[in-house]
Amino acid sequence: MYTWIWRVLPGGLPGKLVGSLVLLAGVSALLLFIVFPWVEPMLPFNDITVE
Amino acid sequence: MHGDGTREAARESPDSDQPITDQVSDADEGPVAARSGSRHGVPKAPRRRDARRSGEGLRDGSAAGKKPRSRADLVRTGVRGLGQTLITFGLVVLLFVVYELFVTDLFTNQRQEELTQELRQNWGDDPTVNGPDLPGGGLSSIPLGEGFAFIRIPAFGVDYVKVVIEGTDPDELEQGPGHYVDSAMPGDLGNFSLAGHRVGKGSPFLDLDRLQPGDAVVIETSDMWFTYVVLGDPTTGNFDADPSGIPGLEIVSPQDVDVVFPIPGVDDSSVEPTAAYLTLTTCHPKFSAEQRLIIHAILNGPGLPRADYPDGPPALTGG
Repeated sequence: MYTWIWRVLPGGLPGKLVGSLVLLAGVSALLLFIVFPWVEPMLPFNDITVE
Repeated sequence: MHGDGTREAARESPDSDQPITDQVSDADEGPVAARSGSRHGVPKAPRRRDARRSGEGLRDGSAAGKKPRSRADLVRTGVRGLGQTLITFGLVVLLFVVYELFVTDLFTNQRQEELTQELRQNWGDDPTVNGPDLPGGGLSSIPLGEGFAFIRIPAFGVDYVKVVIEGTDPDELEQGPGHYVDSAMPGDLGNFSLAGHRVGKGSPFLDLDRLQPGDAVVIETSDMWFTYVVLGDPTTGNFDADPSGIPGLEIVSPQDVDVVFPIPGVDDSSVEPTAAYLTLTTCHPKFSAEQRLIIHAILNGPGLPRADYPDGPPALTGG
């Protein structure tokens, strides 16, 4: 998968590096701001009340 | 320098390495360069075969005698894919830990700042409308998710101040410490009970286990200061030695709701509370939700009007 991405990215070595970083940042942002906040309430780590 | 360049070029396009090595031998002087060029040429031949086997062989798969090779390729591709998937999964889990420990702090701190501004603004506009009904407030009439008081714990530093939110659902608790809706209001007889996150979401109650008997917890409402002190014996530091019989600090199971009852630990609604308690709940141990860490405190003296004490009660100003 990573090999394929690296092969498909355009722009020679600098282009590939920039492209990889952009992809990495995009995936991280997607996880941090959308996926994790959505998943979090279903996980048991945050129960702090007595009930 | 020159040699490096040609070697790189040769690696990128293995089929064209022959002319390039020729070039090298032509351009550079003498038999030494030519020999080194041919030395390059020798190990390149197997590498080229290698490339054809793994790359092109997979792609067209039409060459004769492919069967054992392509199966090996499939296995190799599968194993590599599995490895990459597992590594990716591990990285995502690590990122989730970073999110829980640090990123949620950013969100919560930002939200706390907004809430602080809103609350200060509300109180400035008309404290009688937006503040809680005091003293005899009874059950809360504050909308869920609305900030209605500040909590300060001098033992955690002078800058420790959090907006208290109404409600203890995840939506409220990710903004700051939340008030159990059916518990008393600040200063009232009964048990003013708050829940807060231990780790992450601003970690408001991270250091609750460091509190000592006699430590102050100051609640600021629209017009009053209320100073609670943690139960126990301040001279010995024994949490269980309070005359009321209520421990200052206890660790209970998540089902022990009686810690937030009007008289902490007394499961009897016919007994009217005669004192104003404060209870803080958070998870225990850190990074876990297995148990609950509970702090009980009691109101120390009457509430002080904010008009008379603009800088706070003695617990804040006198140290």
